[in-house]
Amino acid sequence: MFISISTTGTAERPATDLGYLLHKHPGKAQRFSTSHGEAHVFYPEASEEACTAALLLDIDPIALVRRGRGKSRGGSSGAPSGAAALGQYVNDRPYAASSLLAVALRTVFRTAMKGVCELRPGLAEQPRPLRIVLPAVATGSGEKRSHDHRPSEEQAQDQRPLVNRLFEPLGWTVEAESIALDTSFPEWGDSRYTRLELSGSLRLADALQQLYVLLPVLDGSKHYWVAPDEVDKLLDAGEGWLADHPDRALIIRRYMHRRWSLANEAMRRLELTRLAETDDREAEELDNAVDATSSADRSEADADGSAEHAVASDAKPVPLAQQRRVAILDALREVGATRVLDLGCGQGELVAALLKEPRFTEILGVDVSSSALSAAERKLRLDRLSERQAARVRLVQGALTYTDARLKGYDAAVLSEVIEHLDLPRLPALEHAVLGAARPTTVIVTTPNAEYNVRWETLPAGHVRHADHRFEWDRAEFRAWAERVAALYGYTVSIRPVGPDDPEVGPPTQLALFHLGTPAPTTAAPTTAAATTSAPGACAAIPATDPTASPEGSVTR
Amino acid sequence: MTDETLAAPHAPKHRRLPVTDLSLVVLIGTSGAGKSSFARKHFAPTQVISSDYCRGLVSDDENDQSASAAAFELLHYIVGKRLTAGRLTVVDATNVQPESRKQLIKIARDHDVLPIAIVLDVPPGVCAERNRSRPDRDMGAQVIPRQHRELRRSLSGLEREGFRKVHHLRGAEEVDAAEIVTEKRWNDLRHLTGPFDIVGDIHGCRSELETLLVRLGYTLARDGQGRPVDAVHPAGRTAVFVGDLVDRGPDTPGVLRLVMGMVGAGHAVCVPGNHENKLGRAMSGRPVTVSHGLKESLDQLAGESDEFRAEVRAFMRDLVSHYLLDDGNLVVCHAGLPEKYHGRNSGRVRSHALYGDTTGETDEYGLPVRYPWAEEYRGKALVVYGHTPVPVATFLNNTICLDTGCVFGGSLTALRYPERELVSVAAEQEWYAPVRPMATDAPGAREGRPLDLADVAGRRVVETSLHGRVTIREENAAAALEVMSRFALDPRLLPYLPPTMAPSPTSRREGYLEHPEEAFFAYRADGVRQVVCEEKHMGSRAVVLVARERAGLERRFGIDSSGAVWTRTGRAFLGDQELTDAILDRLRAAAEAAGLFDELATDWLLLDAELLPWSLKAMDLLRRQYASVGAAAGAALPEVLSALGRAMERGIDGLAELTARHRERAADAAAFTEAYRRYCWPTEGLTGIRLAPFQVLAAEGANLAVRPHDEHLAWIDRLVAADEAAVVGASGASPLAGASSGASGGPGPVEPLLRATGRLLVDTEDEASIAEGIAWWEELTKAGGEGMVVKPLASLVRAGAGEGRPGGLIQPGLKVRGREYLRIIYGPDYTGHLDQLRQRSLGHKRSLALREYALGLEALDRLAAGEPLWRVHEPVFAVLAMESEPVDPRL
Repeated sequence: MFISISTTGTAERPATDLGYLLHKHPGKAQRFSTSHGEAHVFYPEASEEACTAALLLDIDPIALVRRGRGKSRGGSSGAPSGAAALGQYVNDRPYAASSLLAVALRTVFRTAMKGVCELRPGLAEQPRPLRIVLPAVATGSGEKRSHDHRPSEEQAQDQRPLVNRLFEPLGWTVEAESIALDTSFPEWGDSRYTRLELSGSLRLADALQQLYVLLPVLDGSKHYWVAPDEVDKLLDAGEGWLADHPDRALIIRRYMHRRWSLANEAMRRLELTRLAETDDREAEELDNAVDATSSADRSEADADGSAEHAVASDAKPVPLAQQRRVAILDALREVGATRVLDLGCGQGELVAALLKEPRFTEILGVDVSSSALSAAERKLRLDRLSERQAARVRLVQGALTYTDARLKGYDAAVLSEVIEHLDLPRLPALEHAVLGAARPTTVIVTTPNAEYNVRWETLPAGHVRHADHRFEWDRAEFRAWAERVAALYGYTVSIRPVGPDDPEVGPPTQLALFHLGTPAPTTAAPTTAAATTSAPGACAAIPATDPTASPEGSVTR
Repeated sequence: MTDETLAAPHAPKHRRLPVTDLSLVVLIGTSGAGKSSFARKHFAPTQVISSDYCRGLVSDDENDQSASAAAFELLHYIVGKRLTAGRLTVVDATNVQPESRKQLIKIARDHDVLPIAIVLDVPPGVCAERNRSRPDRDMGAQVIPRQHRELRRSLSGLEREGFRKVHHLRGAEEVDAAEIVTEKRWNDLRHLTGPFDIVGDIHGCRSELETLLVRLGYTLARDGQGRPVDAVHPAGRTAVFVGDLVDRGPDTPGVLRLVMGMVGAGHAVCVPGNHENKLGRAMSGRPVTVSHGLKESLDQLAGESDEFRAEVRAFMRDLVSHYLLDDGNLVVCHAGLPEKYHGRNSGRVRSHALYGDTTGETDEYGLPVRYPWAEEYRGKALVVYGHTPVPVATFLNNTICLDTGCVFGGSLTALRYPERELVSVAAEQEWYAPVRPMATDAPGAREGRPLDLADVAGRRVVETSLHGRVTIREENAAAALEVMSRFALDPRLLPYLPPTMAPSPTSRREGYLEHPEEAFFAYRADGVRQVVCEEKHMGSRAVVLVARERAGLERRFGIDSSGAVWTRTGRAFLGDQELTDAILDRLRAAAEAAGLFDELATDWLLLDAELLPWSLKAMDLLRRQYASVGAAAGAALPEVLSALGRAMERGIDGLAELTARHRERAADAAAFTEAYRRYCWPTEGLTGIRLAPFQVLAAEGANLAVRPHDEHLAWIDRLVAADEAAVVGASGASPLAGASSGASGGPGPVEPLLRATGRLLVDTEDEASIAEGIAWWEELTKAGGEGMVVKPLASLVRAGAGEGRPGGLIQPGLKVRGREYLRIIYGPDYTGHLDQLRQRSLGHKRSLALREYALGLEALDRLAAGEPLWRVHEPVFAVLAMESEPVDPRL
């Protein structure tokens, strides 16, 4: 990876002063050892008029992997190379500017970055005309999930490309030239790299500090090997300019996001990464359960941030996820359930709500995602609960496509926003595992109402609400399904809305309340429930769970 | 088990005491009654456990009464161990108190053996006299009279306490004159060695039974009214009925008449089913709920004579719950029996034999939930049973259920033993509506056993016939569970996942990491002479299940589907169902035209294949990783070289080496880009897509993966030729075109879908042949090919006696990847680091490859044997779990 720094000059202020500023002699090629390989500094040109210093970081890809190995988990078998993911062997690190280059800049130009030039006092304090060229820099589009319909906030607020937003406020003129992914396949479009040229009149020390912070911020790709403490170093370098940057929040968030993904990377199950690689897929594609639920968190945090925004129209909107939880808790209270299964518990939001009510004496959270369960354990702080509290809750890995003896004997099971994460043809297995085998007295199922999707302004027409939704049903489809499975397994079912019941398209979320045998003895009549008691045989005209039966079954994935 | 001794007349001088060969004999008598002498006289020393001896063991003093508690604890322990081992055991202790006997009865029941009491009822005076002559017996004068009183009080209640035989010997003379006669257990027919024809649940289907017996070679004998009353096999075979002769069906009396006749004539043996048990009780006037078809039997029997009904009652009363046959190699009972109950005798054994191990729970139809005992069965005796209707009788862990639901419109099935052949006749009609509707569509539900988490989760050991026990670690199972449940196809459509394959041993040749000669040498060292080199198509692995017709797949796999194409982790290869169907249509047409369905007598085929281009599936990865690396390198390196060039022009020293290295890098990066480009091309619908099948894994009833590779390639060649002919035919407006047109329904195919696999046979002992193999590989890889796979021609090979691990599996294939292709795997510059890369360790990968291979074949074996879904799914899931083991991903 490569960066060149050029300046122009006159006889009075020769361009070759750059050598003094950088503390590197323009007449020599110098070599420095850095943790990722050798850094070379040399000057392609050095005259009074123009001087260019070049930093070439000669990355040793094998050493890279070896360094990364210590940071990644999972090599319990002791097979050294087994711990690495394939992405570590074939990657852009040797070519594209990234946080590794930032680290090298700091190592090689440490004194210059501090703005110290003892030989020529005063020189470092003066701005100079600078031109910085990065032939290939990842401009950060790589990290956005391609199927995520939510516009990233940075886009929503400012349509300019990220590089411009980052550098222009600091006084740079930005020239960014996109690089094709592969000229043999023009249809593949642009790569995530840009040839970046920055020009402006700045103090060299400031320029170096800015690059040191902003290169990693631009670089959205994965770093298996960056130590978490580099975070603090980066923030130190922001002193003096970051505080006034109009996009400082964005810089910090992207920076924090990187740190989060570092943490996440360490947490990620390498077993799952290997299965993804077996199938030529990205680990994130399989291990996306935490992402999935964290989006719900975000929608709660930002009142208007995402598709599933608050739906109430008054001043203080209540996020839909919370309305769902309230509706579920209401239903559980109505039927007097005390021992409750949260099937597909994700990161444990509902489990947390259940724990707050002493009436729920036994809570079993089940999820298939190990990552989600680890996240839930952390969020619920299970290790810090009192013994009595901790005894009420258990989290276990399980898959609802299999029957599971541990799920028997509960009062109620909640499947909140779960069924739509299963391919339709596999739904009968879940139906059997829950209503046929586990057979709790009450089953609560919530799922999106596809009709309502037109009310999400940010959701493109025909899209599902989440990339992992395998289907989304309209009201008729959901009712048909609920009545069919109720009849099949000897339950009665009533359907009620969650969220504002739009006269035209219905509520955003639909909830089915199944009761084993006769209708549930409710203590309070459900407000808008349209109860239907399905008699055996009532399922005759109901479409089967055949994907072809519902056009909405074809999801955008 | 009536007991003659209680009712016996007084003082016969010579008493014969029957004792069952496996039982717990409890001697009861006061101190000095002569128990120990009696035991010594009639039993082997090791059969007798005496409380005195145990006292001695724990306290060094046989008369130390303070040691009694510990002594009895020890006695009970020893008794338990002996009974577990199936040894007749005699307890020599006074046993005059009910509490002490109660414990022994419990031990007998816990081990499912009969408790037998032998009472030595000797007058107290005689006992006291004997004790006085023994200096070590120093007990109070009141002890013996007290014990005698307790004995007398106990006598009348011994049977009620649970003793199945009570022998009461009155007086010292009778004790002396008694003789022990060992009796066989009633269920012990080990001396009958067959051959047998074991018949499943009949349920009053007399006509089907007649047909089946005739088909089995029996000659029916009829009474004056033409009703069958006996059946004789000319070769002297014996029929065995597993019970449930009665209820639900049209002619329960007719079935009984025939079976009772056969049993009476010694041409058959019969065990009772739960329906006989209940009918017998109903006929004896005991209160029973008339349900499950009992009414039909009672109505039909009402039309029979009193005499016949009495015979039926007697027949049912005398039925023995299960039989051990053929020297203990065969166990027959109605509802199955775990090994620890074989030949045992207790209420719960009888209950299990009749009803199975019910968990006490009921399912959604009110039917009992049964504990799957057969899944855990590991016994050496074949257990043949019925009771639970199954679509097809299949062997599972040396057990087989023969109830194929004849009365419900299924079939009546018999097992020929020892031939292990199944013979069945279809029901003439549905005589009785099944209680359990075919309601749920959960995988495995059809076989009454939906997939359970316990089948796959946690640390597991999978038994494979090829490679012994394969252990799956918990964390690997957890990862596989995530992928299997969230992303994979329905397990019914997923009877196989391909195993990983090891690369050839690392080459030392200049410039190469992998080279064919290493693979040839490796096989030569393993004693494999004939190998086949197969071209490695650089696409993505695809397993294809293609059905001749939808209904066939529904019948066999219990799922409404025309087939599937899936990846190495069991995901649908294409998100697009229409495109999948188009591929399946073409493949089906080719298989039909090539005659493969007929030749292999199958409604479906399972194929191992490569689907091309690579970019079809791996587009995301290509863009994010491979093309990105190429793009970044292509953008950066020219500027680096230009800067270096300008600096050198300025006369800066010390940059020559750096420049040379980066020139090389630029060339490597260009080669890398060139390497992946070869595996990318655009597709539109079927256009551009190629399927390269290289193995026919399975067809109905057959694991074909173990067949030699030349057979596979011949099948594949026929498929490819048929597909090509369809294209040619289409362009020539041949009638074939209609049959092979894609899903579009438009004109016939314009280009072939199937791609042939290049191959070359190599003799590993012949240097010229090896050289030919190397040249072939060089040609393949020079043209941009990924490389080749070298496989033993015979497919499944085990190490010979002289090899490293005799009998151990030999690698089923070794991949030899091309020099340029490996840039995609090891990075653009890998050729500059060959020395480091040669340190790679292959041991784990090779071991993994063998284990996954064995698991894959195990799945195919189980599929071929028609085993239930959970059994097929187990090794398939295990392959997926193993794929998440930490192994160098570049291998």
